[in-house]
Amino acid sequence: MAVLDEVKEMLAEKLEIPAEEITEESSFSDLGLDSLDMAEMMMDVENVFGVTIEADPSISTVGALVEKLESLK
Amino acid sequence: MSKRVVVTGMGAVTPIGNDVPSFFEALRTGKNGVAAVTRFDTENYKCKVAAEVKDFDASKCFAPLVRRKTDLYVQYAVTAAQEAVDDSGIIGQVDENDLAVYVGSGVGGIGTICEEEEKLLARGEAGVNPQFVPKMIINMAAGQIAIRFHAHGPAMSVSTACATGSTAIGEAYRAIKDGYVTAAICGGSEAAVNPLAIAGFINCMALSQSEDPEAASLPFDQRRAGFVLGEGAAVLILEEYEHAKARGAKIYAEVCGYGATCDAHHVTAPDPEATQTIRAIRQSLEGVDYDPATTYVNAHGTGTSLNDKVETAAFKACFGEDAYRLHISSTKSMTGHMLGAAGAAEALACIFALQENTVPPTIHLEQPDPELDLDYTPNTAVQTQIDTAISTSLGFGGHNTCLAFRKVQA
Repeated sequence: MAVLDEVKEMLAEKLEIPAEEITEESSFSDLGLDSLDMAEMMMDVENVFGVTIEADPSISTVGALVEKLESLK
Repeated sequence: MSKRVVVTGMGAVTPIGNDVPSFFEALRTGKNGVAAVTRFDTENYKCKVAAEVKDFDASKCFAPLVRRKTDLYVQYAVTAAQEAVDDSGIIGQVDENDLAVYVGSGVGGIGTICEEEEKLLARGEAGVNPQFVPKMIINMAAGQIAIRFHAHGPAMSVSTACATGSTAIGEAYRAIKDGYVTAAICGGSEAAVNPLAIAGFINCMALSQSEDPEAASLPFDQRRAGFVLGEGAAVLILEEYEHAKARGAKIYAEVCGYGATCDAHHVTAPDPEATQTIRAIRQSLEGVDYDPATTYVNAHGTGTSLNDKVETAAFKACFGEDAYRLHISSTKSMTGHMLGAAGAAEALACIFALQENTVPPTIHLEQPDPELDLDYTPNTAVQTQIDTAISTSLGFGGHNTCLAFRKVQA
């Protein structure tokens, strides 16, 4: 599965909304995630992808997170 | 000058009904909330039954993201608070700075603690969810309720074990009576039907080991052999009387007294002399004009050998010969022991008795203990004039709480 699709799946499960409602442009704050939700999601992402992501406020959209993950591949 | 305090809203999530109308109907009909434990496999446990909340739907009150980071005990509390707040119509009618939250729990988010402990053992620090602490701490029912209703007055979680719900209501009553706040969302919540809590209560010899749901929670019966674990939440809106009257609120009852004492005797066993239980009951009735024949007593009535004996002795000491004229019952025969929520659910039972002139029964009271000879309202509800109602709650730690309610006299 493409990285984007996997991230969308994870968020869809957490928010209980269809994955189609999430796009690369979706910002995490618009999706309702607060700082603790972000910390939780980053831990989940690190576990799923087997990577370590340094805290970075510029990762504020789904697209930015996907880009970051692809750069760590 | 001290203010009068009235009840203007009610909410409940209980083993015998997930809102106030169904809870009241269950009190009237004597519904049994005890059944086989469904939350986990009890094969290797001595305890087989509990009074679980059934068909609870947290999604009615929570968006998915919030629900996932909220312990079950907080979900029960917020759901009951939402019902009570809606019932009262108080939001928008009271200054947010004068709205308090007094909602406690006996044990807090023990289910969450168990889940995260497993992750810690499996994966170390990195396995523990960042939401763990705010999800399980014992003040978070109060915190979440304050957030939801923008209540900027004091928000706190009284914790006095099995007396928590009563103590929270009593402290809220005092805060309004003494003019610190105008209204309070108050009560208790618990969600501890899980293996760790059950094992702990079994091993401290508090729980019934009966496998028969119809003969497990047996207050005042000579077969009684420990309590049955219950769960849920109950929340009341208390409000300063003149404020409630001025806004045309529905007024269910007046809180007319509160007693709080401590045995300072033993961590779990009540003082057999009941000295401080007696004092708490007397405190709650100080200055209250009541007739024992029209008084309902919602006993703590856990169904442990010692509790029911000590409580009976306390009633006799407080009321003398009049103790035989009181209408007493233990609604724990139906709800099991809701721990931190018990006192709040039993406050609602008092209001039910006042509103409906109906004494809820002590169900399954088929073999009376000859030593316990008061009127415990066995098996069926009794319709009779009720003008005053008191609720006693005793907690591990030696806490004694007694709340007194009466019909509102204009």
